[in-house]
Amino acid sequence: MIEIRWHGRGGQGAVTASKILSSAVIAEGSYSQSNPDYGAERSGAPLRTYNRVSKKPLTLHCMVTNPNIVVVIDPTLLDEVDILEGTDENAILIINTSLSPKEIREKYNIKGRKIYTLNATDIALEEIKRPATNIPMLGALVKVLYELEGLPKLETVENEVKETFGKKLSPEVLEGNLRALKRGYNELISE
Amino acid sequence: MAVILFKDRVVRPLTGNMAVSEAMRQINPDVVAAYPITPQTEIMQIFSSFVSNGYVDTELITVESEHSALSACVGASLSGARAMTATAGPGLALMWEILSIASGMRAPIVLNLVNRALSAPINIHCDHSDAMGARDQGWIQIFSEDAQEAYDHLIQGVKLAEKLYLPVMSCMDGFIVSHAIDRVSMLADEEVREFVGEYSHPYPMLTKTVTHGPIAMTDSYMEFKHQQRLAMEEVEKALNEVSKEYKELLKSKGNLEDWEIEKRILKFVEPYKVEDAEIVLVAIGSAAGTIKYVIDKLREEGKKIGLVKIKVFRPFPYEELAKYLENAKIIGVLDRAETFGGKGGPLLSEVLTALYLKGIFKPIRNFIYGLGGRDFNIIHVKEVVDILERTLKGENTPFLNYINLRKDYLESLK
Repeated sequence: MIEIRWHGRGGQGAVTASKILSSAVIAEGSYSQSNPDYGAERSGAPLRTYNRVSKKPLTLHCMVTNPNIVVVIDPTLLDEVDILEGTDENAILIINTSLSPKEIREKYNIKGRKIYTLNATDIALEEIKRPATNIPMLGALVKVLYELEGLPKLETVENEVKETFGKKLSPEVLEGNLRALKRGYNELISE
Repeated sequence: MAVILFKDRVVRPLTGNMAVSEAMRQINPDVVAAYPITPQTEIMQIFSSFVSNGYVDTELITVESEHSALSACVGASLSGARAMTATAGPGLALMWEILSIASGMRAPIVLNLVNRALSAPINIHCDHSDAMGARDQGWIQIFSEDAQEAYDHLIQGVKLAEKLYLPVMSCMDGFIVSHAIDRVSMLADEEVREFVGEYSHPYPMLTKTVTHGPIAMTDSYMEFKHQQRLAMEEVEKALNEVSKEYKELLKSKGNLEDWEIEKRILKFVEPYKVEDAEIVLVAIGSAAGTIKYVIDKLREEGKKIGLVKIKVFRPFPYEELAKYLENAKIIGVLDRAETFGGKGGPLLSEVLTALYLKGIFKPIRNFIYGLGGRDFNIIHVKEVVDILERTLKGENTPFLNYINLRKDYLESLK
C-alpha cells in the first residue's frame, strides 16, 4: 500500500486530481481511496487531500498521517506549511517549482527523502492557459507511482481525465489538459 | 418507466454518498422525501438529478424540514408506496417525533443515515450520537464499514423492511465513508429491481377503507407495543432469509471471491480473527476497518487480537456476540457516542448484557473515540490495545478511556 498526501490551495484542483488517480487505479482492477480533509473550505486557503493505492483490498478508514509520497502543487506552500510532517527519510517528495531537486534540498535543508521537481505552473500556463497545476502534477505522480507499484498506466489516467472533464470542457481545453498530463509525466526531474 | 443505465455489473470509484444514491436509483422507490443536511446533501443532490433526468419513476418531495420529510414518507408508505429518505445528525434529531410514528404505524420506510455529531457545539463530522439517540424508536439499525457495505446494506434493507413492516435505518460514517472515494462493485440495474420486487402494503390507504394512526388509550396501547417487540424478534429469521437470497444473487453471475460475498451480505456481526484471540475488540462502522489493519500488523508480532464488528445494532445480536467473546481474556468496547452519566457508551451496555445473559464475567474496558470526527487511526487502535494489555498484566487502568484527546487539554486538567 502506498499512501499519498497532496498539498494545494482551495480551487487549484488537488481534490479533483486525487479523485482521478483513484478512479484510474480502480479502473485497472486494483484498490484505491481518495479522501479530502473537510474543513471550512475557501478559495486560496491551504488544503490537504489524500490517496491510498494498493493491489490488495484497503480497510483503513482514517487520515493518512505517514505518507510515502507528498505532492505539492503550489510552490508558495513550501514556506507556509510543513510538507514533511509525518514523513520518514524514505518518503518521496514531488514539488511544483522552477527550482531543481538539489536547490530545493538546500533551500529547505531537507535530509534524506527522494526529491522530484516539475515546473507545473509553466506547463499549465502553456497548455491549459491558466495555472491549473493539478493535472501536470498528476502526470508526475503517475510516473513515480508506476515505477514504484506498476500502476496506474498513463493511458488509464488519460481516460479518466477525459471521463472527468469531457462534458465540462471544450475539446481544445481538454486536449490541453491531456498534453499537460503527458508533459508532467515526461518532464519530471529527479535528483 | 425508469431507465436502465447498467445492463451489467460494474466496478466503479464511488463515495459512500454516490454508492447509496446509485442503490436508490436501482431500487427506484415510488416516493423520496428529504431535506438537505451535511454530509447527506450529496445523496439528495445526486438522486434529484436522477429524478430530473428521468432515470427513476420516483416522486421526489422537497419539504421544509426533516420532520416533514419523514411525515411525508409515513403517509406515502401507508398509501402503498415504497418510500425512502436520507438525513444526518441534527436532521435525524428533528425527525425524532416521527421515528416512533413510522415504526408504531409499521411503515417500512428505509432511511439512509449519514452519521453526524449532534450540536452543540456545531460540528458536521462523524459520530454515532444521532443513531444511538434513536436506538429505542423501533427501527432496525444497520451500520456499514465502507461504501460497498452501504450500497449492499441499503438494497437488502429494503427487502428486510418490507418483510416485517418495520422501518430500517441504514447508517454510514459521515465524511469518512460518505465523502471518500472507494472501490464499489455494483449489481446490474435489473438484478436490483428484481431482488427488491414490488412493494405492496396489506392495508393501503389509497385503495382500501382503513384507519391508520388511531388513538390507543390505556386499554390497547400496550398491545401495539408488544406487537412491535414480537416483530423485532422476527428480524433474525427475516434477515437470514434476505441475506441468503442476496448471496445467491451475488453468486449467480461473474466470479466474486468468497470473502467479497461474505462482506456484502447482511449479517448481525462480522467476527475477525477471534478464534484464538486473547484480546477482543468490539466496534461499529468505519473504525472496524482500521482495527482490522492493526490486528494484522500486531499478529505479525505474535499478539493474539481479534475484533467483532457489529453490523446490526437493532435488534442487537446478544447471543451471537457472546459466542465470540467467550474465549477472550479481556474485551475492549469502542463507542463513538456518549451517554453522559451512563457507565460508558451505548455499545458497552449491550456488550455487558450479552455477557450477563451467558453468565460470562471477564475484564472489560470501554473506549470513547472519534466524537465529532476526531481521527481514530492506527496509533489510537494501538493505544487501545496497549491499555488492554496493561490491564491483563494487572495494572489498575480506568474503566472508561477517552481516546485521542488533545494534549494541551489534558495538560490543562492537571
